[in-house]
This record gives sequence, C-alpha cells and structure tokens, in this order.
Amino acid sequence: MQKINELMQAKAQELLAKGEIKKVLAWKAGEFFYDNAPAAFESEASCSEIIYNEFCPANLSKYLMASSKAGVKTAVFLKPCDTYGVNQLIKDNRVNREMVYAVGTPCSGMVDAKKIKAAGYKTLLKVEVNGDKIIVTTPKGQVELAKKDFLYNKCLMCKGNDYMICDEELAEKLPVPEFTGDRFAEVKAIEAMSSAEKFAFWQEELSKCIRCNACRDICPACNCEQCIFDNPEAPVAGKAYADSVEEQMFHIIRAFHVAGRCVGCGECARVCPQGVKLGLLNMKFMKDINSFFGKFQAGADAETRAPQVTFKEEDPEPNAAVEGGNSNA
Amino acid sequence: MLKLALAKLPELCALMQKEAELLVPAKNKAGKVDYKAYAEGVEICLNEKTSRSAKDAFFPQVENLLKFKSEGKNLSLEQILPPDHATILFGVKACDARSFKLLDKVFLSNPVDSYYKARRENCLIIGLGCAEPEETCFCATFGIDATNPEADINTWVVGEELYWAPVSEKGKALTEKLSAIFVEADDKAVKEQGEATKNILSMLPLANFKIADKISAKELVTFNSKVWGDLSATCLSCCTCTYVCPTCHCYDIRDYKTDDNTTERFRCWDSCMASDFTKMAHGNPRKTKLERFRQRYMHKLVYFPENNGEYACVGCGRCLEKCPANLNIVKVAKALEVSDDV
Repeated sequence: MQKINELMQAKAQELLAKGEIKKVLAWKAGEFFYDNAPAAFESEASCSEIIYNEFCPANLSKYLMASSKAGVKTAVFLKPCDTYGVNQLIKDNRVNREMVYAVGTPCSGMVDAKKIKAAGYKTLLKVEVNGDKIIVTTPKGQVELAKKDFLYNKCLMCKGNDYMICDEELAEKLPVPEFTGDRFAEVKAIEAMSSAEKFAFWQEELSKCIRCNACRDICPACNCEQCIFDNPEAPVAGKAYADSVEEQMFHIIRAFHVAGRCVGCGECARVCPQGVKLGLLNMKFMKDINSFFGKFQAGADAETRAPQVTFKEEDPEPNAAVEGGNSNA
Repeated sequence: MLKLALAKLPELCALMQKEAELLVPAKNKAGKVDYKAYAEGVEICLNEKTSRSAKDAFFPQVENLLKFKSEGKNLSLEQILPPDHATILFGVKACDARSFKLLDKVFLSNPVDSYYKARRENCLIIGLGCAEPEETCFCATFGIDATNPEADINTWVVGEELYWAPVSEKGKALTEKLSAIFVEADDKAVKEQGEATKNILSMLPLANFKIADKISAKELVTFNSKVWGDLSATCLSCCTCTYVCPTCHCYDIRDYKTDDNTTERFRCWDSCMASDFTKMAHGNPRKTKLERFRQRYMHKLVYFPENNGEYACVGCGRCLEKCPANLNIVKVAKALEVSDDV
C-alpha cells in the first residue's frame, strides 16, 4: 500500500503538471490513524499530502458533480467499487465524462475502525495494517488482529477488482476479499418474516434515524440538484416530523427513487451515524429487479438503461410483483 | 460514598422509576447505545458513549407546541404545555453534563424557553465517571474532568460494583429515599479508577489540543480566512455533526397537516448545514456551502465565546467519529491556527 501511495502522489503531480487537469480528488490524513478524509488537490506541491492505505473507504465519485458542473476537469482515484457510482452519475447526466479522468486504484478491502472499537479496543492510539494482520495499539498494549474480520460491511460483499470506468490503472490489481456467500441472504431472511415481523423490524431500524441525510448526500444515485426533502415549500420537507411514521417514509421513498440506479456501493450504511441498515432496502430492489427483468447491475457501464425505464415485450406484467413477489407478504 | 453490586442495577432502576420517569443509556438491536425510557428488560449499557448526545432529554428532536383546526369560520386551538413530570437522567458522561450548562445559556436566558426550562428543572442528573476515554475525546481542552461529571449524583462503575455519591441537595434527597439498597463504601476504588483514567487521557492523541486564542480574537479576520474554502470543499452538507453535537441547539418551527385537517405546529432540530437554514422572505442569507459550513464553526469558536464567554464545544468527539467526510471541529481549529491569514 505504501508503494501505491507513492505512485498516487506522483500520478497526481504528473496530471496537474500537464495542465489540462485542474483538480485531483484523493484522500488526506486526518487526526488519527484511520480517518483519512476525502480531499481535493489543486497544486503539485500539495500532492505530497495525499494518503492512500486501508483507511480510505470513502467513495469520491459524488464530488465529481460539483467539479463537472463548474467545468473543471478533475482526476479522481477510484477503487473498483467506486467506479460504479461514477458511471451512474454519467448515465444520469450529472457528470460530464469529458470532465473526468478516472484512475483505477487497487484495493484489497478497507478496514473499519468502528468494528475494531466494537470488539473492545475502545481507545485506538495507533492502528497499522501489515499484510493480512492489523496491529492495534491501545493504552493496554498491542494486539494483532486478522484484517479479514474488520473489513467494512461493504467490502464483505466486494464486487471484484475490475474497474467499470478507467482511463488509466495506477498499479497492478490487488486480490480482493473473496465473497462466496449470497448477497441477498439478509433480504431473504426479511422476506420470510410475517408482515407484523417486517413492520416491527423496520420500525426498530428506522426509528434510529435522526434525519441527518448523510445517506442521501453521499449516495451517487441520489443526485438531484435539489432534493424534494430540502424544499421548505414541499409538504414533505425533510426535517423531522411530528409523526414518526411519516418520517420513516423518507427511507422507503429514497429506496424507490434510486431503484435501478443504486449501484450497491454500501456508502449509505457506512456513513449512517446511527447504524441503520440502509443498504437492505436497496438490496431488496436489486433482488426484485434481477428476478423480474434478468440480472442487472447499475453502474456497470454508463449507457445501459435501467430495466424500469426500458420497455421490452417480454417484461413481466405488473401483477407479477404480487404473484412472483414474496409469498409470505 | 455508597455502593451496590451491579447485579442489583435493575432493582435500583425499579426504585428510581417509582420516583420519576427514568432515562437510561440502552443498547438497541443494532448495538448502538442511546437514551431510552427504562422498563423491565431494557439492556442498560454503562460502558459506552451514547450515539446521540444527551441533549434530547431537554431539547427533543421533535416536539409539538400547538394543534389547530379550522372548520368553516371556527378555529379551534389546543396548546400543548411543557411536560411537568419529574425525570431522572442516568449515566451522563462529563462531556454531556457540561453541555447542559452551555445549553442553559441559550434556553434559560431571556426570552426563557418554557419547554426547555420545564424539562431541565424537573430533571435530576446522575453522572457516570469515564473509565475508558476514546481517542476522539478531548473534554480536558474545555477544563472538564472526565472522572467527575457536573451532576446531582455521581456514579462510577468499578469491577462489579456501582459507586454512588450524591452532590446536590436534589441528589441527596433521592439518595435518602433509595438508601436501603446501598452499603457504605470508601472511595479507594473510585480514586484508583480516576488515576487510571487520567493516565489514559494523557496518552490520547488530542491530550494537548488547545483552541488558539487568535481564532476568536479578530472575528472578521477569521471570517474572511481562505481556510473555509479548503475545508468546506468536501463537506457533504449533511446534518450529522449538528444533530449528534451536544451543544448545537438551533431549531425550526413548522406545521404538519394531519389526515383530519388538524395542523400540528412542532419544533424540530435544525442545522446550519441545511440549504434552507434561516431562510427568510427575501431568501437565504447563506447561499453557499462555504458560508453554511463557516457559520457552524464561527458559532462554536467565535460567536458563542463572544456572547457567553465559553466555546460551544465539550470535546465529546462525536463529530470526529461520525462525520462522513471526516471533517470536525479539531480539524477546523487546527487549520485556522496554522493559517497565515488568521
């Protein structure tokens, strides 16, 4: 990773030096050993501050909206999973392909400091990754943990190490966490619940929400220039409601809105300050889209129209959703 | 100093519940800890910082103020009065306990907020000494003693025991009522824990973090710094920092029309990060993300100290933990400190 970090700094400098690219999106160190933050670099000198290691989970693609709109050609370092979001933004006409220079950035899974803390190491003085081990220093001393046990949830469902959009690869691809399970296992478990159980499950989950809108603001598919929930004139304006059911509808409406456009990057769940299982709603839509229209992955390219906006004669009739949907509903 | 076996905590809670509505830090199914009304079976969690701050106890995220309905030429009004029942807020860490003092400066100065005041005066606060400060903690920056919250009663969990020391008259009166459950104890274990905690605090990355005086010294200079543009560039404009912050206190008042044509007028937390924050008839005074971002930190680091003599921060570390873009008050204060234009 150290090697890739050096390559990244050099690449950013090289791209800015050529002149056409005015801005580079990458990561910068934070206060600790795990909170590397998204950052924009506009001068060659500042590129030495670029950091890349196992603590760079943020998908930088959403920042392309502003730079594309401003007409600033921007280079962006994209991990394989991040590339899906960029394609979706291009497909939705929110980002101009000409304004993006995509640098494919190898990743072998990002480490979630919150999981380390949840395992009982509450005071993280230092966290280092060494191969497949994590060395954690707390006031009580040092422990060595297995990296695979502390990856972000989104990495546990890694889609692979291929880039869906890429002008240049920064370095040789890295092996990604192997995922052999069923992506939809948790969705299936909820589908198997009774209506009352489902209602109780979602009520518990969504009642934790504080309506901070972080899920929406990080989401590459939530790319409206002004969200209806931000419009004080709209009767659904997004601040907390007196009626909590109304408030919880926000997530369901959002899931509908991004259905067929959600790339499954898992950023919504990662940024949620309250730990709401947000990706699950989107996964349900993905599963249904796959079963009704055939396998579809949003963001796999920037052209293919989503099944819901494409009419085919063999498309299922609307009642298929009832008949072919969840028999337990 | 008194103590009781931790195993007796449910018994203690049941006794306190007879005196007042009891709010406790409890774990939900997702493993997050937040304040919750105590009931039998609620899993109390005393060794973690709550995900949200404790400000909800006095300043809930949403509360109804008024209901009205118009039928023909008749308008009926129903005022919703502030609650008047006693509450006990249990397990408050020193950072959150200090935040109440800061919120008091806002809500209890003229014009006094009757809803906040009612909740605040009816509440007894039971503090909990910190034993495991996290790397994101920096309460000492604001002169807060993590081991000794500013509360009516203080408690400490040491091993399998809960130590209990009443502080205020209110705290002594409650302790008197509960006295049968406690046994007398010396303060040796608590002192030892305090020393150990202070040792951890001294090792934390933010142990020596101070907010530079120059930041608040010249308001306009800080306001016009180029730093704001760089810092705000990656802010997502979500409201996480403001909602999890124990000292952020802005609110909005809105109407909600229910199915039967009744309108509920409620107030809810607002956030200076929101694009419609303080929107007025002429429009929004802060049209850009930069201006809104700057407002939050100017408020905490410059305006609040100017008006109240203290920074509007207690070093709880929630913004450091939760900002999706890893922006936070420490990063901002450090950037302003080293900037050559401040």
